[in-house]
Amino acid sequence: MSISVSNISKSYKNVTALQDISFNVKAGELFGLIGPDGAGKTTLFRILTTLLIANKGIATVAGFDVVSEYKKIRNNVGYMPGKFSLYQDLTVEENLEFFATIFGTTIEENYDLIRDIYVQIEPFKDRRAGKLSGGMKQKLALCCALIHKPKVLFLDEPTTGVDPVSRKEFWEMLKRLQQKDITILVSTPYMDEAALCDRIALIQDGKILQIDTPQAIVKHYPKQIYNVSANDTYQLLKSLNAYSYNHSVYPFGEFVHYTDSRANFNPKDLIAYLESKKLSNIEIYKTEPTIEDTFMELAK
Amino acid sequence: MKNNNVIEAQELTKMFGDFAAVNAISFNVKKGEIFGFLGANGAGKTTAMKMLIGISIPTSGKAKVAGFDVFTQAEDIKKNIGYMSQRFALYDDLTVKENITFFGGIYGLSRKQIKEKATVLIEELGLEKVANTLVGALPLGWKQKLSFSVSLLHDPKIVFLDEPTGGVDPITRRQFWEMIYKAANQGTTVFVTTHYMDEAEYCDRVSIMVNGKIEALGTPKKLKEQFKADNMNDVFLKLARG
Repeated sequence: MSISVSNISKSYKNVTALQDISFNVKAGELFGLIGPDGAGKTTLFRILTTLLIANKGIATVAGFDVVSEYKKIRNNVGYMPGKFSLYQDLTVEENLEFFATIFGTTIEENYDLIRDIYVQIEPFKDRRAGKLSGGMKQKLALCCALIHKPKVLFLDEPTTGVDPVSRKEFWEMLKRLQQKDITILVSTPYMDEAALCDRIALIQDGKILQIDTPQAIVKHYPKQIYNVSANDTYQLLKSLNAYSYNHSVYPFGEFVHYTDSRANFNPKDLIAYLESKKLSNIEIYKTEPTIEDTFMELAK
Repeated sequence: MKNNNVIEAQELTKMFGDFAAVNAISFNVKKGEIFGFLGANGAGKTTAMKMLIGISIPTSGKAKVAGFDVFTQAEDIKKNIGYMSQRFALYDDLTVKENITFFGGIYGLSRKQIKEKATVLIEELGLEKVANTLVGALPLGWKQKLSFSVSLLHDPKIVFLDEPTGGVDPITRRQFWEMIYKAANQGTTVFVTTHYMDEAEYCDRVSIMVNGKIEALGTPKKLKEQFKADNMNDVFLKLARG
């Protein structure tokens, strides 16, 4: 096991940030913690990177205990916090050199690990980190987290606020890193990124809702979901929410995902109801659940 | 406004030295429309939005927002629009009620109006139990819903939302969009940026900025046809990757 977490709990004053969290991450796995802001993701990262001590439970990273062997962990992990935390007044190159020196290595020694990423920011190597664009800051932070060739890489919301194009590129980079024998624990509030992980844990309000492969998680969805659309989405939502047989009603892109509480649901009944609400161009057909459907069903 | 347009922008441009952050963009937004303003990081969205809300003077071009000129009537624009972003929303050290009172005052509402609005707003959002709680102690999703309501306190013609749902849980994100639909249904124009491409589908029309220019504009359905894409995510990837 690269990461092993058993019954970890953490509270701040009267807020419970983490409640009895347990999971394992295998060596070489790309494991995703999927959940919104406030779910406890950052607290968990800080505990695993030895920056915070849990109230209860034990955890090991790369075989070392997070409390008694914290120094060994620090040498063996890379951590990219959610908030940009490099030195704004140092240049790109100076930041990278600084982190390499701290960890007793050189840029040259592990250059092959960061080359793909670093070449993209190399044209700006004399620019101060504080003057970089968001995308470039992110790439520099990743380089700095990798420069000592860590066994385990922790990425706390690396793609938050990042546009879809850059997000896609970032995930492609992660996939390449994974092939270089680095275990990766990554957190994200974007449910669509979950599908790119080997396994995921859905987390909300300090509790894990489910752990499995993305494929298995959607397979366990308990209901048949229907895509519903009509001429007026706002009225459609209002009508569906008022329908007494609804189990869940969630807008999903151009459709509304609808599940019914009855076992013998017949879509024709719903069409008749929606027509009585003066809606037209009604379409309804079966669709497959997504991670986000599952998350909402579990978080209900 | 006779022609029903709440935003009219023609060749709107902002230069930083030789760099055109916003390069001659032209578009209109109608009353009651939900207008999605998309683009990659660095495409010029924020710069364009700053010009439209009256806090950055354009280099050239023309634009009217809520009937006022962005060059000469920036102060009138600020009074007649609502604005919320993820970065600046509410004061964490004030309670729910205090925030409403503060922003009501800023927007020039009378004490009586503020009191009435506060009661309705707190009830609609189901915040009765936390009305006297510091906003900093509320979950992000609640804050964002409250912040949106506060941006509508003075019944603006148009509200600008800058990534209002970033990091918000999926259920609250949808509740937030139901609030947007409701506001639009009541005639408020909604101008919104987002990185969630499913949210782009909720907009009446969407524009996509690439390198300072609007490279696509239309209903989500039209854009998907135009770019032969299954969803807005594919449209975005095709456009922004060139």
